Amino acid sequence: MSTDLVEFRQRAREWLAANAPAGGTGPGSVAEARAFMAKLYDAGFSGISWPAEWGGQGLGQAEQRVFDEEAGAYTLPTYYFSIGLGMCGPTVVDLGTDEQRRRWVRRLLRGEDIWCQLFSEPNAGSDVAALQTRAERAGDGWVVNGQKVWTSVAQHADLGLLLARTDVDAPKHKGLTMFVIDMHAPGVTVRPLKDMSGRSNFNEIFFDDVHVPDENRIGEVNDGWRCAVTTLLHERLSISGGVGGVAGGRGNPASFEALRATCDTADPVVRDALVELYVRERALELFNARLGQETRAGIFPGARGSAGKLLLAELTQFRADLATSLAGPAAVAWDPETEGAGGLAEALSVAPGLALGGGTNEIMRNIIGDRVLNLPPEPRADKNVPFKDLKVGTQQ
Amino acid sequence: MNLLLTPEQGELRAAFRSFLREAAPMAEVRRAMESADGYDRAAYARLNGELGLAGLIVPEEHGGAGAGFADLAVALEETGAALLPGPFLATVFAAIAIRESGDPAAAKEHLPGIAAGSTVATLAPLPGTPATVEAGPGGALSGELTALNGAEAGLLVVAAGERLYAVDPQAGGVTRTPLATLDLTRRQARVRLEAAPARPIGTLGRTPDLVAVALAAEQLGVLRRCLDTIVAYSKIRVTFGRYIGSYQGVKHKLADMHCALEQAESIVRYAAWAADESPADLPEAAALAQAYVGPACFRVARDHLLLHGGIGYTWEHDAHLYYKRAKTDEVLLGPPRGHRARLAGLLGL
Repeated sequence: MSTDLVEFRQRAREWLAANAPAGGTGPGSVAEARAFMAKLYDAGFSGISWPAEWGGQGLGQAEQRVFDEEAGAYTLPTYYFSIGLGMCGPTVVDLGTDEQRRRWVRRLLRGEDIWCQLFSEPNAGSDVAALQTRAERAGDGWVVNGQKVWTSVAQHADLGLLLARTDVDAPKHKGLTMFVIDMHAPGVTVRPLKDMSGRSNFNEIFFDDVHVPDENRIGEVNDGWRCAVTTLLHERLSISGGVGGVAGGRGNPASFEALRATCDTADPVVRDALVELYVRERALELFNARLGQETRAGIFPGARGSAGKLLLAELTQFRADLATSLAGPAAVAWDPETEGAGGLAEALSVAPGLALGGGTNEIMRNIIGDRVLNLPPEPRADKNVPFKDLKVGTQQ
Repeated sequence: MNLLLTPEQGELRAAFRSFLREAAPMAEVRRAMESADGYDRAAYARLNGELGLAGLIVPEEHGGAGAGFADLAVALEETGAALLPGPFLATVFAAIAIRESGDPAAAKEHLPGIAAGSTVATLAPLPGTPATVEAGPGGALSGELTALNGAEAGLLVVAAGERLYAVDPQAGGVTRTPLATLDLTRRQARVRLEAAPARPIGTLGRTPDLVAVALAAEQLGVLRRCLDTIVAYSKIRVTFGRYIGSYQGVKHKLADMHCALEQAESIVRYAAWAADESPADLPEAAALAQAYVGPACFRVARDHLLLHGGIGYTWEHDAHLYYKRAKTDEVLLGPPRGHRARLAGLLGL
């Protein structure tokens, strides 16, 4: 390792020791998260590999990886920014104008704007190109009407990356446009949805005559699908290489390390089950490491990142299932006064989220088949038909 | 940790691949497996002569290329993908054992012949497999063991516990009986030693782990070829008016097989790196490689056969040859549960 990297690691380690909240496990408050991002930015650790001219540090993936390794010992309060940093920001860097990059990237990296991603709708999830939210020209801007769903951190968001239909006469993939929408604008209503774990991380959003200036349009009019594919690639890569890592994050009671401490490893069946978990974790960890090395060597993984996302979703479900089965009845009924006792029930309840959010396992398999293995596509009845003629969503 | 191939290794792979495509296509593999020898001696001699296959990991001072496991893995992936018949893997195992034995005299005596391709060697019993070999007075060996390409070998490297011995199968006290094998492309023999003269050549050392890494590389090659073959077929085979690769029932299975390939390749690169650069990581890497790659290779070989439909069940289709190689490799170093138990031990479970 170069002396620069050794120095960088040392600097990161010292800064984290002095500034990372000790013993943090959850997202913390929004105010704390904003303050932490600002400190992180001032110390030169926010946007490490992002271009310097838009507010990043202009360093390489190697420095980012060194920082991530050092940060792995902490749970940093950056959750509210994960959508912005993982998907929306990279999309702006890739596809925005210089003016847009100047407006938004530095503010994101400094923790001034929380972003959310507004793609899915009640009738357009896996088939996101079937979305019906309309953006219609009005003067020199646009007026947006419609509904979005499954939107993480929207209740805290300042900005949203919106995909809306701008041409109903074009086929479904060819009439979409991407915008950045002000989540505080009049006509935006955010309603939290309670997920199966009892939390309200995601929301449904209603747009009623929301004005969006044309300067907030990303990419060309009706070229939104191509923009969305860019965002979704970043999404899958950010999930598979995510902060929780393959082991499911610190303090995960279903992790290999936790289970070896709590289970009877004298039982050969238990031992073999734990070995299976270890093998799966290592296999994915090494695949992620190889993708990381390829990225640093200039080989962009592209759709292969979908394999990482699929494998992580399957591993997470397998691990939660295994952990609760190994623990037996105590996993499903516990004394509410005992701290951490409901952890395995919690792990089992959040596990399906990863297999659904960011594209279901079935969609990941379609992507791997179509774009990695180049298999023949499925016949598409809707591909070259004007959107307004399709039986889709609420359209009859 | 390095998990990527170097440009030179990319060239090495291309060289092996094009040579094997020409010298050992499946028609030749079938001819060889039905022949008396079980392999094409002329093609094997060319592989050793022109590409230096057998001498790849033999140190330069003994006439080899002095390559490491990262290079060896590339070669083994290609010979595995081609189902190359003959004693290449067996000879590699023996060369690893001699190299690791810490016995310079044995290295000087045996490795040049291996590098030149004139010595066919085998290591027996393979780590993880049962055998009863005992050293009697004067170092003569007695017992019974199974040897990969045992009937063809001109040198037996025999392990008795931690001790290694060189045995000349032509000398007295050695009886070799060919076995019937599931894998028709690689032979095995029962070797009976009755006070067979043997020369001690040091100890086993890291050999069991290194052999596990080498085998995983071959398994990766088998896995990759199976996936490539069925992906290609699913793009030309039509049922109900559509290419079968367009059906999610097929596509999703192929996607899962691709995921297995990505993970298997990552583990093999890691294990080869550990073998070359990181002795402390080697035991875990070797056990992990056999625990994951062996079963994954068989699953992919099985599904590649099944997705071919009825034609995959025929003798004349090659799918069964890969299926049989995959299962044979999976249990070559003992049942998979042995590797998992080893991993459990290493993890302190």
